[in-house]
Amino acid sequence: MSDKSHDPNQMTGAAMIVRALIDHGVTDIFGYPGGAVLPIYDEIFQQSEVQHILVRHEQGAGHAAEGYARSTGKPGVALVTSGPGATNMVTPLTDALMDSIPLVCISGQVPTHLIGNDAFQECDTVGITRPCTKHNWLVRDVNDLAKVLHEAFYVATSGRPGPVLVDVPKDVQFATGTYHPPRKSDVHRSYAPRVKGDATQIRKAVSLLANAKRPVIYSGGGVINSGPEATKLLRELVEVTGFPITSTLMGLGAYPASGKNWLGMLGMHGTYEANMTMHDCDVMLCVGARFDDRITGRVDAFSPGSKKIHIDIDPSSINKNIRVDVPIIGDCGNILGDILQVFKAEAKKPDVKSWWQQIAQWRARNSLYYKKSDDVILPQHAIQSLFEATRGKDTYITTEVGQHQMWAAQFYGFEEPHRWMTSGGLGTMGYGLPAAVGVQVAHPDSLVIDIAGDASVQMTMQEMSTAVQYELPIKIFILNNQYMGMVRQWQQLLHGNRLSHSYSEALPDFVKLAEAYGAVGLQVYKPADLEGAIKEMISVKRPVLFDCRVAALENCFPMIPSGKAHNEMLLPEQANDEATAKAFAAGKALV
Amino acid sequence: MNQPASAYFIEDRHDPNETHTLAVLVQNEPGVLARVIGLFSGRGYNIESLTVSETEAQKHLSRITIVTTGTPMVIEQIKHQLDRMIPVYRVVDMTQTKRSIERELAMVKVRGQGEHRVEALRLADAFRARVIDATTESFVFEITGNTDKINQYIDLMRPLGLVEVSRTGVAAIGRGPEGM
Repeated sequence: MSDKSHDPNQMTGAAMIVRALIDHGVTDIFGYPGGAVLPIYDEIFQQSEVQHILVRHEQGAGHAAEGYARSTGKPGVALVTSGPGATNMVTPLTDALMDSIPLVCISGQVPTHLIGNDAFQECDTVGITRPCTKHNWLVRDVNDLAKVLHEAFYVATSGRPGPVLVDVPKDVQFATGTYHPPRKSDVHRSYAPRVKGDATQIRKAVSLLANAKRPVIYSGGGVINSGPEATKLLRELVEVTGFPITSTLMGLGAYPASGKNWLGMLGMHGTYEANMTMHDCDVMLCVGARFDDRITGRVDAFSPGSKKIHIDIDPSSINKNIRVDVPIIGDCGNILGDILQVFKAEAKKPDVKSWWQQIAQWRARNSLYYKKSDDVILPQHAIQSLFEATRGKDTYITTEVGQHQMWAAQFYGFEEPHRWMTSGGLGTMGYGLPAAVGVQVAHPDSLVIDIAGDASVQMTMQEMSTAVQYELPIKIFILNNQYMGMVRQWQQLLHGNRLSHSYSEALPDFVKLAEAYGAVGLQVYKPADLEGAIKEMISVKRPVLFDCRVAALENCFPMIPSGKAHNEMLLPEQANDEATAKAFAAGKALV
Repeated sequence: MNQPASAYFIEDRHDPNETHTLAVLVQNEPGVLARVIGLFSGRGYNIESLTVSETEAQKHLSRITIVTTGTPMVIEQIKHQLDRMIPVYRVVDMTQTKRSIERELAMVKVRGQGEHRVEALRLADAFRARVIDATTESFVFEITGNTDKINQYIDLMRPLGLVEVSRTGVAAIGRGPEGM
C-alpha cells in the first residue's frame, strides 16, 4: 500500500464535494454560506473551476439553479447551510419536483453527534425535504460521500428529472476519506428508469395515428426534458403526419409558435381552437405531458370521443387523471423516433383536410382578442410589443405566476425549447426574478427577461442585488396593475367581486427601487411610449426594473370556468361582466 | 353535480373501493420506511395493515407488506408511485395475482375464571391457537391465520374476558415455485 498522504483521492469531505461538482461538469453554483457549510466554502475559495454565485436568500439560490437547469438542460446546483438555509430551499425543491427540473442541492448539517439534539440551526432536513425531492440522502460517513454525490447527479438527471438533496454534517465535511470518480456501481440497483418503449404498444399507436380522422398532438415539458433530439423528432412527426399540435404551459417552444400546425397553448387559459380540437378529436397523442387539472377541465367531459395514446417516462403519470387506451412508458425522444420509423415504413399521410377546415372555423373566433387603447397600455399589448422588439434576438423569458404569466404564454411566441422558464406545477410567485439570474449566469451574452407582476416580483426582489453584484443584465418587465391580478380575477368571478386583500397598497416606486439597488429603473404609462421604452430597456447593458403601468382591471381570457369542459370556454367577446357572472353562477347555484 | 365556487374542478368519484395486498421489496436503508409511509399519508392513500422486516440481511433487502384500499385507479397509482421510489426494487400486487397466501399472527390476552376459562381454551383448540402464557386467571393465546380468521377469533374472545390484542399485520407470499 502506498502512503495514504500522497494518494490524490484522499481528501476531506468538503474537498470531495467540490471535486464531485467538477467531475460532473458543474461550472456554476448558487448558494449562501453559513455555519454548517463553512468547510465547503473554504474549499470553494481555494479553487477557480466552480464559480459560486452569492444570492440574497436561499430560495433565490434554488430558483436560480432551476432557471440555469431549464435553460441549459444541465442540472442546477444549490449550496445552503443547515436549519433555515435548508428550510428556505423547500419551495424551490417542490417547484422543481412538480416541473421535473434536475436540481442538486447540497445542504450543511450540524455535526453527526449533535443530530437530534435540537442544536443551533439544526432541522430534520432529510425529513422535511423527503416529500419534495426525488430522493435525498444524509451522509454519516465521509467514505460514502463520493458514491452519494455521484448517485445524486444520476438520479436528478435520469428518468423523469427532479430535485435531489444531499445533507452533509459538518464533521463529515472535515473528515478525511477516499474519493472516487463517478462509476456505474454508485447507483441503487433498484433504480432503473425505462427508456425504450414497448414495440407492440408503438405499433398500436401508429395504427391509431394512421387511421385518425380528427387527430391532435398534445405535447408537454417532457419533450423538452428529453433533449434536443425529442424536439426534432416531434417537429418531424408533425411534418410527416400533418396533424395539429398544441402544448401545455411547460411544453412551449418544443414546436415553434410560428409553425403552421400550431394551435397555441391548451387548457384553462389556452386558445379556443386548441381546446376545441382536444375536445372533438378522435385520436390524441399525448407526449410528455400529464393531463394536469389546468389542462383537462372537467375530467368526465374531457375529450369524450377520442382514443388516447400517452407517452411518459414516469409510469405513475399513466391513468392518474385520465384513462388512456395506449400507454407507452419510456423516453419521449426514443419513442417518438420509433413511432416515426414505423409510421414512415407502414403508413401514408392521413387525410385530415376537413379536420383542418373545422379548426380554421374555431380559430376564426379569435379567442385571444383584446381591445387596444390609446390611453392605457393593455397588458396583452405590452407582451406583444415585447415579443416584437425581441423577435429574432437570442432571448430567454422567465415569468412569475399569475395573469402576466398566462398573457406571456398566450402572446409571446416561442420558437425553440429551453427559452421559456416558468413555474407551472407549483405556481410559485417569486420564481421569475431569481430564475432570470440563473439563466443569465448560464447565458451571459443573451437577453434574459423576467415577465413579472407587481405582486410576484416583490416576493424575491432582493435578488436584484445579486444581479447587480455579478453584472447580470437581467430585465424585469413588470406588468404593474397594482393588483394580484389572478386572485382578483377569481374574486370577481367567484366571490361576488369582494376583492379581499388582492390590492397592493403602498407599492414601492420601482424606478427608485432599481436605483437603490444600483440598477436601472424605467417607467411607462402611455401606449405611445411603450415601444421606445422597451428598446431602451433592451439596449441598457445593466439590470433593469421596467415598471410598465397597465390597465388595472383587465382580466385573462379565454378561460375554462371551473367545473366546465373544453367546449364550454368563456371567450373574450362574451366575457363582459354580466355574461361572466352568469357562466359562473350556473355552477354556484347548485351548491 | 355540486360545484362550489372554486379555482379547482371539484367532482365526486363513485368507483367502489377494493382492498389489495401489496408486497414491496426495498433496499433496507435509513428512512426507507418513512418514504413509503410518507407517500401514503402525503397522497391520501389508506394503510389497513403494514408489516416490515429485513428478509435478506446480506443484500440489505427488506420486504414490506401493505394492505390498502382504494378505487382501481387509485390502487394502480399506489403501485406506480411505490415502484418509482429510488430504493424500491419491486412491487407485486398479491391480490391481483390471485395466487398468494396471507397470514398474520396475533397474541390475544384473555382474563377470566370458571366456565369462561374452559370455553376460551375449547375455542382456542378449535382455532388451533396455542397457549403461550398462563396464570390462574388469564391466558395469552398465539393464533396464526388470515385476517378474517383472526378477527373471528377475537370476536369470540370478547365476551370471555378479552383484555388486549397484539397483531403483526399481514405477511403475504405467492404460491408455487417462483419468487417475487
